[in-house]
Amino acid sequence: MNDSFMLDGEEIPFTPGQTVMQAAAAAGKYIPHLCWHPDFAAHGSCKLCTVKIGGRFATSCTVRAAAGQEVENRTDELDARRRTLLQLLFVEGNHFCPSCEKSGDCALQATAYEMGMLTPHFDHFYPDRPVDASHPEVLLEFNRCILCELCVRASREVDGKNVFALAGRGTKSHLIVNSESGRLADTDFAATDRAAEVCPVGVILKKRVGFAVPIGARTYDLQPISAAGGDGTTGRAGDTSAPRKTEAG
Amino acid sequence: MATPELERILARHRGDPLQLLQILIDVQAHQGWLPPATLSAIAEALSIPRARVESTASFYSFLHTRPAGEFRILFSDNITDRMLGNQALMQALCETLWLEPGKVSEDGLVCVDTTSCTGMCDQGPAVLANGRTITRLTPERIDEMAHLIRHRVPVGDWPPEWFHVEDNIRRRDVLLDHGLAPGAALAAALDRGPTALLSEIERSGLRGRGGAGFGSDIKWRACRDAWGDAHYVICNADEGEPGTFKDRVLLASYFDMVVDGMCIAGLAIGANKGFIYLRGEYRYLLDRLETRLTERREQGLLGHNILGRGFSFDIKIHLGAGAYICGEESALIESLEGKPGKPRIRPPFPVTNGYRGQPTTVNNVETLALAALIAVRGGEWFRAIGTPASTGTKLLSVSGDVASPGIYEFPFGVTVAEVLAAAGAHDTQAVTSAGAAGHCLAADEFDRRIAFEDVATGGSIMVFDASRDMFEVARNFAHFFAHESCGFCTPCRVGTAVNARLLDKLAANRGSPYDLDEIGKMHRLMQGTSHCGLGNTATIAIDDMLVKFRPAFERRLMSPEYEPAFDLDAALSQARRMTGRDDADAHLGDNRSALAAAGARAPGGVESAPATAKPAPAKDVQP
Repeated sequence: MNDSFMLDGEEIPFTPGQTVMQAAAAAGKYIPHLCWHPDFAAHGSCKLCTVKIGGRFATSCTVRAAAGQEVENRTDELDARRRTLLQLLFVEGNHFCPSCEKSGDCALQATAYEMGMLTPHFDHFYPDRPVDASHPEVLLEFNRCILCELCVRASREVDGKNVFALAGRGTKSHLIVNSESGRLADTDFAATDRAAEVCPVGVILKKRVGFAVPIGARTYDLQPISAAGGDGTTGRAGDTSAPRKTEAG
Repeated sequence: MATPELERILARHRGDPLQLLQILIDVQAHQGWLPPATLSAIAEALSIPRARVESTASFYSFLHTRPAGEFRILFSDNITDRMLGNQALMQALCETLWLEPGKVSEDGLVCVDTTSCTGMCDQGPAVLANGRTITRLTPERIDEMAHLIRHRVPVGDWPPEWFHVEDNIRRRDVLLDHGLAPGAALAAALDRGPTALLSEIERSGLRGRGGAGFGSDIKWRACRDAWGDAHYVICNADEGEPGTFKDRVLLASYFDMVVDGMCIAGLAIGANKGFIYLRGEYRYLLDRLETRLTERREQGLLGHNILGRGFSFDIKIHLGAGAYICGEESALIESLEGKPGKPRIRPPFPVTNGYRGQPTTVNNVETLALAALIAVRGGEWFRAIGTPASTGTKLLSVSGDVASPGIYEFPFGVTVAEVLAAAGAHDTQAVTSAGAAGHCLAADEFDRRIAFEDVATGGSIMVFDASRDMFEVARNFAHFFAHESCGFCTPCRVGTAVNARLLDKLAANRGSPYDLDEIGKMHRLMQGTSHCGLGNTATIAIDDMLVKFRPAFERRLMSPEYEPAFDLDAALSQARRMTGRDDADAHLGDNRSALAAAGARAPGGVESAPATAKPAPAKDVQP
């Protein structure tokens, strides 16, 4: 590797074709993100990974690394923006961390801690998003959806099923499943699908294994997301740094 | 829906999934809405996931996945329609028909709702009645409309004069006075050949008329040089910017210049296929445009071997279905491919990876018509008009508080004041320079010039005289963007919604200076963080108004001091009702809200004015 760019003053090597995010992740550097995952094509929608390159804002998961770039990442200005973006995500959905099975394993929660987000700041939207408990093994808790489309991508690209999609527009955007009834039970979804593992928040939850690991002993309870790799998921394959896998054995 | 009809529609679109949006539009036209079983049938027939069909069907405002009423009356709700009294007319129609806005009547007969600007700002208030444009509404027309709906008279049998759309051309310059016969520009371009044509376009200094002002020659060259199986020309006729209606006039009365321009673009980039993406609001133009394309094919001006010169180029018209975002070129291409109109990640840009992943040039209607003019008259001639950095003329759609709303063609470099004088504006307080998505100019800026280097514009000039409340203009724009955000990226999806809520809070006299700061905060967040131009421009006008017309916002404040968003005393009102208490101890200290609530509820309300309450501070904070 003979190319490199500067990330907050540190030299980061990259291979041609890599994005700034990919190169930073490969070098063990944390750029906050929610919709990006190393195993899937970049989506570029959450905008948490917004950095400044040569003084201009750019989405680091979609912009290509180039030799000599000066990339600002963890500056007060950018983290303040990230904090506001997180607050917007929190008030847009219904996020009640203390009662959420994903608490401690949730990338949204962990990133909010990382960014020092202390309050939701904005008035809550309190959307009406009914839960889908139709599937025998998996529960869909839409209240927590941040529209990152990781499950959409995993189902389409890995599982070859297209179980999930986003429907609607604007704040009416919402996750749907591939059935006329709108119920997960009426799709070909299986608990062994990659899509079942990939949700960074607590939308796709396996039944009957809740709270198997106590709060306080979970992934981001033990180390901040910036140290845990922050790939937006817990228990991904090959992630030996994570102290525990998800409940699916 | 009868299966044979669905099969007929699918056959007409050759069962092509890329035609999904057109198929959904056609199916809905036949059966009024898109029931779940119909979406499943379409998915099965096209061999695509049902969820994909539902994604598209639920994205567009004019597609309905729930029963939408036999009659669907959508009031254009641009600020100019409001200034012409659309709200009172809508209320009158709802009251006459015993309806709540936005809800289908219980008998399923009718629904009355609002829609984003329909491009009739020069002849509003306007509605779309089952998709058909009606202009110049009056209380009398509303009365008659209610009568026609009650008697289930089909919209096609309503008084024909209601559907009349005027061009309202007020000033003509080189484009609107072109004097060219259909195909003349195309013949001139064929005489020049692609290389010389591109040089002429370069010499002309032509820049995109949608507002961004990208060099047309650069775009065409990049597209021509890009490798691909096929190249495509797209005419962006998704004219959705509030206050813009110039493309409507070009399509209605200068269509041959637009088609010539498209053919010329095809010649320049090496394409033989073009699309016109026609916004759903201009559906009324579709049949006549299709007819004209057919005539041109018969006249050898379109299709195979044009003018016998060995150049083939054909055009297909695609309809939009109510989504402002589709004016963004990559969202438009997504829509053209039958998907929700969400902007793509760029780069790659459409010039290399556009429609079907192939090199594609997306040009504004006006840009294409001007390219036709340049093909005949030459680049030097064009360059002599306008300013050095902004050559040629610009069509301005002027509406609002002017004596003569309509289309004004001016050379670039004209001052805002000159435009206002020509349109007969008096006592003007403010002017939008680029619709809801551009800067708002105050009176001390009217000597500025319309040009890319000064006041850049797509041509939407909305004029507000001193009697107008600029706060309500800002609130209208905020709701427009909240409605039109595609929802893809966090800052735009949630930020536009937060903005709309903040302005509603101010409108309800519940705001504080803190909320004004929050509007500024959203502006700074969305600038630079948003995925596309919509989010990046959605707060420009609102922020300008907040800075330049601050008293209009401060008038709305509950207090000039900071106020908590949460009114604790008001929140206790339910507890007071339950305990039947209303004494001083049941209220919190400085309880102005108790007074306000008591005042509002006094007649017959449970709470009476608390005798012990302190006097409320003055609410009006007039500067």
